Amino acid sequence: MPRRTDIHKILLIGSGPIIIGQACEFDYSGTQACRALRKEGYEVVLVNSNPATIMTDPITADRIYLEELTAPSIRKIVEKERPDAVLPTMGGQTGLNLADELQRQGYWEAQGVKVIGVDIDAIHITEDRQQFRDLMEEIGVDQARSQVARSLLEAKEVIQSLGGLPVVIRPSFTLGGAGGGIIWSPRELERKVMRGLELSPVHEVLVEECVYGWKEFELELLRDSNDNVIIICTIENVDPMGVHTGDSVTVAPSQTLTDKQFQHMRDTAIRMMRSIGTFAGGCNVQFGINPVDGRMIAIEINPRVSRSSALASKATGYPIAKVAARLAVGYTLDELKNDVTETTSACFEPAIDYVVTKIPRWNFEKFEGVDEELTTQMKAVGEVMSIGRTFTESLQKAWQSLEIGYAGLGADRENPSRPSVRERLRRSYWDRTLQIRNAFMHGASMDEVYDITRVDPWFLQRIRMLIDLEKALQRLRLQDVTPEQMLNLKQHGYSDVQIAWLVADEVSEEEVRQYRLSQNVCPQFLLVDTCAGEFPAATPYFYSSYESATESPISDREKVIILGSGPNRIGQGIEFDYSCVHGVQAVQEMGYEAIMINCNPETVSTDFDIADKLYFEPVFWERVLDIIEHEKPKGVIVQLGGQTALKLAGKLSERGIKIFGTSHELMDLAENRGKFSEILKELDIPFPPYGMARTVYEAVRVAESIGYPILVRPSYVLGGQGMRIAINKEEVERYVTDIYTLLPDNEILLDLFLNNGIEIDVDAVRDADGDVWITGIMQHIEPAGVHSGDSTAVLPPYSLSESVIEDIKKYTIDIANRLEVLGLMNVQMVVQGDMVYVIEANPRASRTVPFVAKATGLPVARIASKVILGAKLKDFRDEGALDSSLKGYAIKEPVFSWSKFPEVRKELGPEMKSTGETIVFVDALTDSHFKRPYEMRNLYLSR
Amino acid sequence: MGFEPQSSKLALADGTVVVGTAIGASGESGGELCFNTSMTGYQEILTDPSYHGQIMMMTYPHIGNYGAHDDDTEAAKPMVSALVVRAFSREYSNLLAQESLHNYMDKHGLVGITGVDTRKLVLHIRESGVMNAVISSTDLDDASLVEKAQAWPSMDGLELASRVTCSEPYTYSDTDGPRIAVYDFGVKTNILRTFAALGCSVKVFPGQTLLKDALAWSPDGLFFSNGPGDPRVMPEAIACVREAMMTGIPLFGICLGHQLMALAQGIDVFKMYVGHRGANQPVKNMKTGRVEVTTQNHGFSVDPDSVSSELANISHMNLNDQTIEGLRFEGFQGFSVQYHPEASPGPHDSRYLFEEYLQMCSKSDFG
Repeated sequence: MPRRTDIHKILLIGSGPIIIGQACEFDYSGTQACRALRKEGYEVVLVNSNPATIMTDPITADRIYLEELTAPSIRKIVEKERPDAVLPTMGGQTGLNLADELQRQGYWEAQGVKVIGVDIDAIHITEDRQQFRDLMEEIGVDQARSQVARSLLEAKEVIQSLGGLPVVIRPSFTLGGAGGGIIWSPRELERKVMRGLELSPVHEVLVEECVYGWKEFELELLRDSNDNVIIICTIENVDPMGVHTGDSVTVAPSQTLTDKQFQHMRDTAIRMMRSIGTFAGGCNVQFGINPVDGRMIAIEINPRVSRSSALASKATGYPIAKVAARLAVGYTLDELKNDVTETTSACFEPAIDYVVTKIPRWNFEKFEGVDEELTTQMKAVGEVMSIGRTFTESLQKAWQSLEIGYAGLGADRENPSRPSVRERLRRSYWDRTLQIRNAFMHGASMDEVYDITRVDPWFLQRIRMLIDLEKALQRLRLQDVTPEQMLNLKQHGYSDVQIAWLVADEVSEEEVRQYRLSQNVCPQFLLVDTCAGEFPAATPYFYSSYESATESPISDREKVIILGSGPNRIGQGIEFDYSCVHGVQAVQEMGYEAIMINCNPETVSTDFDIADKLYFEPVFWERVLDIIEHEKPKGVIVQLGGQTALKLAGKLSERGIKIFGTSHELMDLAENRGKFSEILKELDIPFPPYGMARTVYEAVRVAESIGYPILVRPSYVLGGQGMRIAINKEEVERYVTDIYTLLPDNEILLDLFLNNGIEIDVDAVRDADGDVWITGIMQHIEPAGVHSGDSTAVLPPYSLSESVIEDIKKYTIDIANRLEVLGLMNVQMVVQGDMVYVIEANPRASRTVPFVAKATGLPVARIASKVILGAKLKDFRDEGALDSSLKGYAIKEPVFSWSKFPEVRKELGPEMKSTGETIVFVDALTDSHFKRPYEMRNLYLSR
Repeated sequence: MGFEPQSSKLALADGTVVVGTAIGASGESGGELCFNTSMTGYQEILTDPSYHGQIMMMTYPHIGNYGAHDDDTEAAKPMVSALVVRAFSREYSNLLAQESLHNYMDKHGLVGITGVDTRKLVLHIRESGVMNAVISSTDLDDASLVEKAQAWPSMDGLELASRVTCSEPYTYSDTDGPRIAVYDFGVKTNILRTFAALGCSVKVFPGQTLLKDALAWSPDGLFFSNGPGDPRVMPEAIACVREAMMTGIPLFGICLGHQLMALAQGIDVFKMYVGHRGANQPVKNMKTGRVEVTTQNHGFSVDPDSVSSELANISHMNLNDQTIEGLRFEGFQGFSVQYHPEASPGPHDSRYLFEEYLQMCSKSDFG
């Protein structure tokens, strides 16, 4: 059936602020859906409160509502816009829940709005444990076995019939699953069962077979209105059941299933999808397999686009959200073409000829006292994906992508001691694959490691094989490594840094690089084509591997590379991807070929039809340099991709590679506290007294001379990591010691803390002529001391005098000119009385760029990117392109994911903890969105 | 593991030579180099008689991961002439596995090569067309190997079914259900399993069996199997199918059997530039409008220009390149498909064809 003609205007619900478990993958899917629907000629109305998204850009939808995601706000929009249909499956659980709420109220029907892409009743079935269980039983799908027990005796009988311990017990009708858990040993049995029976108001417990340690798989499906179903991707979890799939290292395609086992899974998944309503769209099904007897059970089904669908899209090249959106408006799969080949059908199952690894990224260091053990509750804040021709290559590339200081899967530092490795492996921690490697390095056997981890032996075998390679290298000097050995190492994903560490002699990364290049060992760039090479593909989506031919042709156009921001983390999230996407578009509009390098599967920037060319690669020096040497761009833009990209500026500069925008020397000047303070002195700009120290003793001396309270922090960190406010000598001692345990060899900065100061964030753009455009001045509601990312910011300022604002502007312009900023800059200031103090200046895109852009209605990042490439602000100004459309105030509210860490104290300080943000427009300061945070502004301030 | 990697070379008729490591048995073997994009089911592919004499290159890099098992075979021994892999797993992990794929290959004398850039070779074949090749761990001289590859007999115009058909008729399953006579041109075991699972009595006849001998068993259905080689050089088989059309017994053909039925009906068959080999091919059922994801393995195809409505209707079409995937014939009871509804490896979307065929067979009882 071709597209529906009975609908013209479609409302798409976004997923709101980023929280753990619901992140920027929904910006990616929502953006894809919007673009696909507009291309089909539909008018798209979008609602999302998250300003840091591409989907809320005028380039994405026809009408955008930056409004709260609540039923009343949706009603208001519906009544104004009168859409014919609503597509709620692109906005995660938030979007679905809203659509569901309004469905229960009979609202959609009353308004004549058709719900497309989902069957709301189907959602209820999947979310109600008993309904789901009954349905699966009805269609003959096996699940974890269970039985109700009403006494200890009955429970013991049930346990025996289930094959013994461990089992899971779930007391009936208790709130939030209270009293539930795993019974591991006979010792706990009586106590836990009795407690469960007592807690249950009806005094019964469900005794369920424990699937902890089983193999876990995920299938991504698409279905059309003609009931055609295809499997886009199969994902195998390296971490077995017991660790949330969002916290698991996962691999695509499946590695350890025979065809019979896989087809059984495929058949079951299709049967499950067909059993839950008749919607056209995407769906995700999870399975567990008992490693002891091979029994397969269904775990759950999610009838919507999910985090895994974003991963599956990037892993296969198949644009799931785009196709799902078109299916939702009536197309059938056989009517659509595969976007990647442009000639073959979209109704097929992608075949891939590489291995994809996803590793989540966590931010435990931000949360003191957090329980780092991975459980069934997701804790990761972001993820990386990597592509290699083998599992080992892909795994090591994923570790290089994580940007946590590793140059691969270990082999770049001393091995931790045997007891510490053993202790670390005992539970599911975030670094499990690395600890498996370390255990093998200590001579652990396959059986030992399997018994502890339950990671499938096939993965363990691959990792152990690496140890043999490494041991062979330990006796060799670099010059003795043969070209065959070198190629073999590179094919297993080893970075030059790792090889430099592994060989017997002291060599540098650069020496390894030069040596292997002289051996003609260099990477090739291969195409992601959905079909394993069977058909020619048209999409410019590449990855590197040490193969024998490149498939990435070099055009004769001038090129600009944009470095992406890597995995999401607290302090560097979707905001930077937003800037990168605008950077890409600006580069294209300035007539260059835009080349994107990034490794985050959840983002819009890694969609293959955003840049002219996408390299899905770690933003890791060696990999970036390989691409630069292949593409020979005119230059590289580093100021959009956060610290990830910025960190490489020095090395690029050393190599004589052009950096578009502020030069590396001047960026460094801003980062260097001593030199920056001299500049401020020279410009006659006040700054709080400060000092630097390299030892605890020194730090105390500096603190005593400056006075208290004093801000203590390590230099060169992101999101205020390790930052504390000390009120006395003892605290300084303690905090500095803490910093040195975490970050040895770091310089400590100590600034006088300006008590009761008002914190100000300024965003600005400067062009090569010295023209400075102040894009926004934001006043924080919370006092200085709360990290700017965690503060409620108001644009424009609400309580500053004219003269103070004049000072703020003057200082910003003076600093921009002195640092010869080209492009974006962010300055942080504190106002105390009439005095304006400058705290720091960052000549790069800041977290607030998208907020300011959405508040003012101006494409700040795009204008800045054009300025970087030579455009003049004057020309924009003359066209009126710098005139803000903001009336009243725009407020940026931080959003936290506290509920994921119940053991952590909810307090705010100089270290950033929020995961997302929303934007609210208010006409007056009497609005509760201003009043509430204002009244509570001091409440959560800690140190 | 304590094994010394043994060097091996793969040489193509056009002069391309790549170096790798030997897997399976040591020695030398040649054939037409083709590729398969399935990500699971390597053992089913290696034992598929339709691949007889071909060198199989798997596009998925890791092969051998889950070992080998007798239940995963489509014939008693490997049928391909050699295996080409990017990253072979000697070590394996699967609860069901009986041995490693390496052992299985070695046991059956199947040679193979790993550590070669399969992607580059796939693109090469895609651009230059399928060609012959030789793999050797005994002769490592490039010029000599290329010469051997060039001298290897071409598949074009080659009759191969007689090499893989059974030597004597045998009963695969004996029940009271519909009696299916299978003409074996290299039948995959899963076709027999599928008929048997549906309650059929199945008897397998050598490909060259005279029709009267098969009819002597009084079958309810005549099935023409898949198999290797060029159907255009099988005049006896075509004549046999033509004769069968007159009997009124419903006919069903898969792959080579499909091509033979087309030829018997006067429809042409041509050799494709690059065949279809994988488990992800979309096929549209023209009657229901539904799409099946199918397993395919063929280098020849039915010529659409020679299909007229008096001869047959196109029942199934490939959505990627619009080639003919199924025919429903006029003038006699029967249909045929180019793809593999028995799967193994691959999706089970098309199993319904067996049921439809059996319905046809049971109806004809009263006809």
